[in-house]
Amino acid sequence: MGPQLSWYLALSALLFTIGVVGVIIKRNVIAMFMCIELMLNAVNLTFVAFASFFGDVTGQLFVFIVMTVAAAEAAVGLGIIISIFRNRESLDVDDASILKL
Amino acid sequence: MENNLLSLIIFAPLAGAAINWFIGRRVRDERFIGAVACGSIAVSTIVAFYLAFNSHGALRSEEPVLDHIWTWLQVGNFRANFALGMDRLSGTYALFVTFVGLLIHVFAVGYMHGEEGFYRFFAFLNLFMFSMLTLVLGDNFVLMFVGWEGVGLCSYLLIGYYFDKKEAGDAAKKAFITNRIGDWGFVLGIMLTFAVTGSVSFFANPAAGSAHTAFEYFANHAADPFTWGAITGLGATSIALLLFIGAVGKSAQIPLYVWLPDAMAGPTPVSALIHAATMVTAGIYMIVRCSAIFVNAPTAMFIVAIIGAATAIFAATIGLAQNDIKKVLAYSTISQLGYMFLACGVGAFVAAIFHVITHAFFKALLFLGSGSVIHGMHHEQDMRRLGGLKKYMPITFATMFTGWLAISGIPIFAGFFSKDEILWKTWSAPGFSIPGGSSKILWGIGALTALLTAVYMTRMMVMTFWGTERFRKNPDEEHGHHGSVEPHESPWIMTVPLIVLAVLSTIGGFIGVPYALSSFFSNKDVNVIERTLEPVVAKAPHGFGQETKAESPQPLSAPPQETDAAPPVHELGGLEIAGAHETHSAQEISAERWLALTSIIIALAGIAIGWFTFQKRPLLQFPRILENKYYVDEIYDAVLIHPIEAGSREGLWRIFDVGVIDGLLHSIGEAVTEAGRLGRYLQAGLVRGYAAIILFGALVLIAFFAYFSFRLPH
Repeated sequence: MGPQLSWYLALSALLFTIGVVGVIIKRNVIAMFMCIELMLNAVNLTFVAFASFFGDVTGQLFVFIVMTVAAAEAAVGLGIIISIFRNRESLDVDDASILKL
Repeated sequence: MENNLLSLIIFAPLAGAAINWFIGRRVRDERFIGAVACGSIAVSTIVAFYLAFNSHGALRSEEPVLDHIWTWLQVGNFRANFALGMDRLSGTYALFVTFVGLLIHVFAVGYMHGEEGFYRFFAFLNLFMFSMLTLVLGDNFVLMFVGWEGVGLCSYLLIGYYFDKKEAGDAAKKAFITNRIGDWGFVLGIMLTFAVTGSVSFFANPAAGSAHTAFEYFANHAADPFTWGAITGLGATSIALLLFIGAVGKSAQIPLYVWLPDAMAGPTPVSALIHAATMVTAGIYMIVRCSAIFVNAPTAMFIVAIIGAATAIFAATIGLAQNDIKKVLAYSTISQLGYMFLACGVGAFVAAIFHVITHAFFKALLFLGSGSVIHGMHHEQDMRRLGGLKKYMPITFATMFTGWLAISGIPIFAGFFSKDEILWKTWSAPGFSIPGGSSKILWGIGALTALLTAVYMTRMMVMTFWGTERFRKNPDEEHGHHGSVEPHESPWIMTVPLIVLAVLSTIGGFIGVPYALSSFFSNKDVNVIERTLEPVVAKAPHGFGQETKAESPQPLSAPPQETDAAPPVHELGGLEIAGAHETHSAQEISAERWLALTSIIIALAGIAIGWFTFQKRPLLQFPRILENKYYVDEIYDAVLIHPIEAGSREGLWRIFDVGVIDGLLHSIGEAVTEAGRLGRYLQAGLVRGYAAIILFGALVLIAFFAYFSFRLPH
């Protein structure tokens, strides 16, 4: 008897929680970014676990879409981070608390 | 009979007003403006005379001339056309309105010479003629009301013509607002008329969709009983009284007369045209037009008669003590209007119209004459600073002389016949609407008023044209800049209308010589006006018990005096009602002759009293209460205007407007601001804060669904 569905879900929940907590407590924008990726991948894990459990390929297809979006988001997000860094000389998100530059 | 020319009567002045307003203001040429104004009225006059007197003319046939212009309002059963109708009554009115109006327009061209607002004045004056003729010729109550409001508006505009004077502006507002009170009654009266009869039309014109008139209903129904309860019975009496409230406002009767004396702040031709000759007689027109309603409402007629008589004597006593030449004439107008209402109240509608016509002649003449005096004296109106003008202004003097005799009631002059007719009809009033005995009291009041009229008119003439030249006495006293003017006669453009009116004031009365007087000379009945108007006015039944109507009057809790209501004079001819012509019983004729003789004596006595008193002491001081008009304005101020002002200021403004409305708005605004101030803390700009909020929201959602989805299936 291999690992059960509940193990995957527990791991996924753990990863997601770490991601959430990281987004909220970390100030470094890169670290926050990585936490977001962590959350996305926690969800991916859930998808594939359910796909395997139900023998349905839809979940795996969804994972591909999530990964695509994550890639695009990473590109845009990194672009914004670079832009902020050039203006603020800082990676602390709390320094970018006003709307104008 | 349809005749589309009729609309020309009202639209010619409207066109004149438009031309003067839009073109005249740019041209600013007095000859052009004057020609347009007088020309448009001349067109109306000619058309009016043509339509009245051609072979099928309104005054010569039984059928009214109708002109359906367009269907104006049609809602369910309610139908009001923009349509005109000229029957014998409205035809008579249209004739004197256009003709007197034309003369006054001509006069005004001279009087207003050099005025800054020349074009404005004539545009308004023409607009007034349009409104007045719409009022008179309108074929239903609603169109009449349009004209009614129109004349009110023009009156406001023209009283306030000198808008840079506060006095004129206040007078204009006073006139407008006082008239609104009357209009309130008029509108309610129209509504009630429609509710009761299902029609607001005056003339049946099946081709134009108004098959029934408002009056048919009343002709087929019994009169209301003569009780106070009938006033609130929502029948003929209620309608009549509501309409009468409108007439009281427009025709300046107690208690709404207060605007008319103040209206003298307008230029004198306006006073002559609007506030003496035409507009103020609109109330009389309306009542006579609705005579079918009034003869069904004896209580209302009694009230009309009492108000009329009271106003007549009340205004006459005030007129006695006024020093402003125009104020004397203003109170005289109110007093004469009281006579007309008295005539309406006793059922002598024809006599009322007759007096309207003669009054239009002689009062327009007196007003224009006073305008000529004012013009010649460089805007001096105070009679204490006039005097001795006879030799400077011979034409004005001669014409006003005839007006004086006419209003005083000297035989052969117009006022004598009409006033005498009213007094006679009052004396012999049928018991229908006047309880027995009170007709003699009303006659007494009328006769006393006639005496006072002669006295104060004599006073005015003496103070103006005879005596010392008081305008020379104090050249430096306050009026220094024109203290020592040389009075001059007015130019021909002003004297010609005076002369025409003087001729009419002299001979105008011959259209209504009563049989009792004409039978001295021949047996032919020469009472043209009575023969003309008799068919269009409803006849008051002679005695209450002698109804010939379809239904007998309902049993009523009658006041005791009604049973013996019919005065003895009328038991003679009492039974023939609505006959083509009354027979002239010998007893009536001799009674009427005696009364006529009495009137002559009264008039001569009045003139004699005035002459000898004021020749000796032209500046005689009157009791202060008369000079101050019984303090009526002050009483109204204290009782009505100040409480309303205080209530508006303290209640409506301070409490309701500032407190409730502004308070509500301000508290809503403050609440929103406060909510925003608090909400701002959510928007700190910290990304992590937003993330936490999102998380929190997500947790709440999850908790919600987790909680309820576990429970719902059960």
